[in-house]
Amino acid sequence: MSQEMTSLPDAPLLVAEGLAKYYGSRLGCRDVDLTLHAGEVLAIVGESGSGKSTLLSLLSTELAPSAGHVSYRMRDGEMRDLAALSEAERRLLLRTDWGFVRQHAEQGLRMAVSAGGNVGERLMAVGWRHYGNIRQEAADWLVRVEIATERMDDDPRTFSGGMRQRLQIARNLVTRPRLVFMDEPTSGLDVSVQARLLDLIRQLVEEFGLAVVIVTHDLAVARLLSHRIMVMKSGRVIEQGLTDQVLDDPREPYTQLLVSSVLAA
Amino acid sequence: MMTDPNPEAKLSGDAPAPSLPSPASGRGFRPRSSPVMHAPDAQSGLTSNAAAATRTDAPPLPLAGEGWGGGTPASSQGTPLLLVDNLGKSFTLHLQGGLSLPVVAAVSFAVHAGECVALGGPSGAGKSSILKMVYGNYRVDQGSVQVADAGALVEVAGADPRLMLRLRRARIGYVSQFLRVIPRVSALDVVAAPLRAEGVDAETAKARAGAGLARLNLPERLWGLPPATFSGGEQQRVNVARGFIGSQPLLLLDEPTASLDAANRAVVIDLIHEKKAQGCGLLGIFHDAETRDAVADRVVDVTRFSA
Repeated sequence: MSQEMTSLPDAPLLVAEGLAKYYGSRLGCRDVDLTLHAGEVLAIVGESGSGKSTLLSLLSTELAPSAGHVSYRMRDGEMRDLAALSEAERRLLLRTDWGFVRQHAEQGLRMAVSAGGNVGERLMAVGWRHYGNIRQEAADWLVRVEIATERMDDDPRTFSGGMRQRLQIARNLVTRPRLVFMDEPTSGLDVSVQARLLDLIRQLVEEFGLAVVIVTHDLAVARLLSHRIMVMKSGRVIEQGLTDQVLDDPREPYTQLLVSSVLAA
Repeated sequence: MMTDPNPEAKLSGDAPAPSLPSPASGRGFRPRSSPVMHAPDAQSGLTSNAAAATRTDAPPLPLAGEGWGGGTPASSQGTPLLLVDNLGKSFTLHLQGGLSLPVVAAVSFAVHAGECVALGGPSGAGKSSILKMVYGNYRVDQGSVQVADAGALVEVAGADPRLMLRLRRARIGYVSQFLRVIPRVSALDVVAAPLRAEGVDAETAKARAGAGLARLNLPERLWGLPPATFSGGEQQRVNVARGFIGSQPLLLLDEPTASLDAANRAVVIDLIHEKKAQGCGLLGIFHDAETRDAVADRVVDVTRFSA
């Protein structure tokens, strides 16, 4: 998708080894290994209950794994085990170098804060102090995600579903993160709204060379956005590889079922 | 047209076990050491590729004078741009009770700089599947597909996704049979995308994309529109313009002139001749005999490789 992907050094950005999560005796996911490089978009697909959202939570440190490790190459180039970060370091990472776009905007936005405030808040978290600069940068980002600046002081409760998702994207990208997690970002949107959002994500990923881990049940979304795909079933990764190869030449019975169950992907 | 360079490749029955010596092994070609030609499984997908990525250690291939491709064009000296060796493919349809559909077996041929090789044979012979394996779109079950990269041959079979994407960007272009349209992306951007991926700036890429579309007689009023609503012929011209715009030395063509009128067919023939003159190697499927005769230096008959 973008030329940044391989022109960057070969050191991976995110590495997970032997990740597992049990909720009591119930399996969330297990035996997951993955490596993500800068600029690389990885789609995790599977049906509800396949463990894909659990995996996303483990990678983004929202959940602590029952086994295994996740490490991340910090901006200074050092590879750090995320479990060993202090709470302050972890929070800084989440607010600056990472983004998280959620399926339900109300979980990713502050619904009682204005649109401009939602974007500006992340800038303040990275040390911006000048009100005029923050407001200007927030306004620029609203334009980028096609939200009219006159809506800047409205709070997102007054926004449509598509606008809320675009606002989430602005809020997350304003700090120029290198890695963005996305959990079903287009689910529940009308098709035309979805197309607009996907187009925006595609462009921003390319422009900023973002690494993305996107969880989706929509194979067409995976095909459009991702370089690589991981297929999960019953908490395990059953098949993975180049996105178009896995979708056009699926090997596992479950992947063949998934691919053959959609009208066109 | 070619003579069969590789009569022993026509093995009857099932695809040969990968560990059999490849048909070319008697000629100094080194068969892959691993007996497993499958794409990496889920667990090893990210790690086993180091092997694929570094499979550039094959000795220089003694091809000159050996007539790999039969017709031995003047350019067939030295390392080919594409070397397909003992390639085999079958589909296992798990939803149909595990039905196995053999596609091709023991496919061996090479494509050199400056030549256009046509894959011949009736529909269903596996021609498109061969192109898709070369492009990494289909997995390689058996054998080897090697592509020239920085003076060495790189293995496509089981290649790491990152390697495959780099090869597509820099080494292997592909004109698919149908354009895959993306909502909201204009024809001009569709065509410019391969150049942008090569790192060409947006303005230059768009200018060259426009020149390509103009050459294929696509009305300028359509350039800014997403091709979803275009006719089949118009979409195919967008597809051809996109496929020919890049600077990859190996170009795969899956019926590039299907659904084109005579005038645009002639443009495509010219484009192919220009690529050949630039030293590109082309591997194509041409159902239209007139086009094939106009561009192909030789034909590899895929029915020889039927599985």
